[in-house]
Amino acid sequence: MMGFDSMAIFFWLFAVVACAGALIVVVSRNIVRAAVGLIVSLFGVAMLFFLAGAEFLGAMQLMIYVGGTVVLLAFGVMLTTRALFLRMSTTADQWLVAILLVFPLTVILIRAALSYSPSHSGRSFIDHPADKSSAALVEPVTVSELGMALLGFRQNGRSSESTTLFHGNQGYLLPFELISVHLLVVLIGAAYLARRGVPETRASADSKSVSDQDIGSTD
Amino acid sequence: MVRWLSNWLSLTPQCEWVAYSMVGLFQAAILLALVMTAVAVATWAERKIAGRIQDRLGPTRVGGRFGWLQPVADGLKLLTKEDLIPANADSILFRLAPYLSFAPVFAVFLALPFSEGWVAHRLNSAAFFVLAVLGLEVFGIILAGYASGSKWALLGAMREAAQVVSYEVPLAFSAMLPIVLAGTLDLVAIGEAQKGWFWNWFVFHDPFTFIAFWIYVTCAVAGTNRAPFDLAEAESELVAGFHTEYSGFRWSVFYMGEYAAMAAVSGLGVVLFLGGWNGPVPLVDWLGLTSEAGAITGFFGQLLGSINFLFKCTIGVVFMIALRWTLPRLRIDQVMSMCWKYCFPLVTIVFLGATLWTLFLPDGLLNWGHPKAATREASVVVYSAEDPAR
Repeated sequence: MMGFDSMAIFFWLFAVVACAGALIVVVSRNIVRAAVGLIVSLFGVAMLFFLAGAEFLGAMQLMIYVGGTVVLLAFGVMLTTRALFLRMSTTADQWLVAILLVFPLTVILIRAALSYSPSHSGRSFIDHPADKSSAALVEPVTVSELGMALLGFRQNGRSSESTTLFHGNQGYLLPFELISVHLLVVLIGAAYLARRGVPETRASADSKSVSDQDIGSTD
Repeated sequence: MVRWLSNWLSLTPQCEWVAYSMVGLFQAAILLALVMTAVAVATWAERKIAGRIQDRLGPTRVGGRFGWLQPVADGLKLLTKEDLIPANADSILFRLAPYLSFAPVFAVFLALPFSEGWVAHRLNSAAFFVLAVLGLEVFGIILAGYASGSKWALLGAMREAAQVVSYEVPLAFSAMLPIVLAGTLDLVAIGEAQKGWFWNWFVFHDPFTFIAFWIYVTCAVAGTNRAPFDLAEAESELVAGFHTEYSGFRWSVFYMGEYAAMAAVSGLGVVLFLGGWNGPVPLVDWLGLTSEAGAITGFFGQLLGSINFLFKCTIGVVFMIALRWTLPRLRIDQVMSMCWKYCFPLVTIVFLGATLWTLFLPDGLLNWGHPKAATREASVVVYSAEDPAR
């Protein structure tokens, strides 16, 4: 690293926020408090994305994870719990399994972080520790570039002389389509599961509206 | 601005974060003052309009003729009220919830352009950011309902969750139309694309956007939890819904959040559909108050633009207030079918129609010189001419 960057302050601030939220998720016995911890953690990660100039990714994080997933989680808890404030108790064997799973992952992540070299970092501010003006105003990847990449055309994957693409830089059309199909399967599965218990004759207006609402909210 | 401040304070690059924080706090303070003023005026307008619609006078005594000091009196009353936390409640979450519901709404104003160049932070994906952040408001309300330890509150929060999560979908879809027409997610660029006469505004672009605008209005009213969609606090059934157990200052934070959200969705609607800071007549261009003409004249042009913007926002908020006192409350199943059986199919059809329209009639039916077609051409050219080495 290149020492004390002015951005490092904000990085550490949001990193600490994210880690504190994650800690609340693990430690808290109350499931809704854990959900709030998850929100804090995901919010910290979103802020890190904004800091790195990835506005679209940050907004995506806010919309899908914070605004969608966690809201649905809290909604599900409110619908399903019998007692008012559900408390979870974690047994010793659950702790054991969790540690066994998390430890290798941590090792892998730390190794990956240590083997990272700044030369691969593209256009992030880490590249220009001397040039403060470019360090402060990170030029973000525009949304149109992202959209073109998802349609199979990467701006930065093109060589300057020819219009042919580098190998491995053709964009993300196939993963994009695969994820779309996957989401469609999930939606159909959710609709099937929601309607399975309802007898055919009574699957009318009210139950239909409920399942419709479920389908929409998983979207 | 950060550059200038850090030069002025002669900060070393290592301490530049001080400048960043100061600029950020300064912008936040201006926006907070603006939002709070808007909230105060809106609460007064709410009482006054409610009174007039119900053939009453509304507030008349506090502060002279029209009761214009009423918000101050309200505020003092709320501050001096006893702050209660029910014994049943989850006290940490109960305290946290009001701020969680206000903070996202406030964050919306960071990306909202008030005039040409008057935006706290210009984001490349501002429209998406605004929609994402607006959706976070619901979590504070869910949390409030859950943490109160009261069945009224829980029922209200559940209704709110179902309603807001559903209405986000057609809201985002209707907001997509101007984005497609302007070819960008940048709210500043979307506002610039509607320059000129009022028929350049995206509402009047084609019949589909006109319908989409009214779908946006419906979903925005539902999304801010206002009547006729105020099921989360339906006072005839649920006492006060999710904020039944709140009193004093904590309750007033929810209240501020609601009014700030009204201003925020009005602002977003104005930028997306109603031309943003551009007036119905290109007055700024006639008077030569553009930013090219110099800093001072440009400033007056921007001031005129922000007056335009705030005036249109005010009309939006007043419309929402008048709607509340005109229409009866819907039932929860009616709210749901309204969203999924009417708004959502309609908005998908309209979306398809608008994209086809821009494909086949890019210059409009009568070929009035839409600047939008020109900007799209320009953006395509810029895109292909962009430095390929990036």
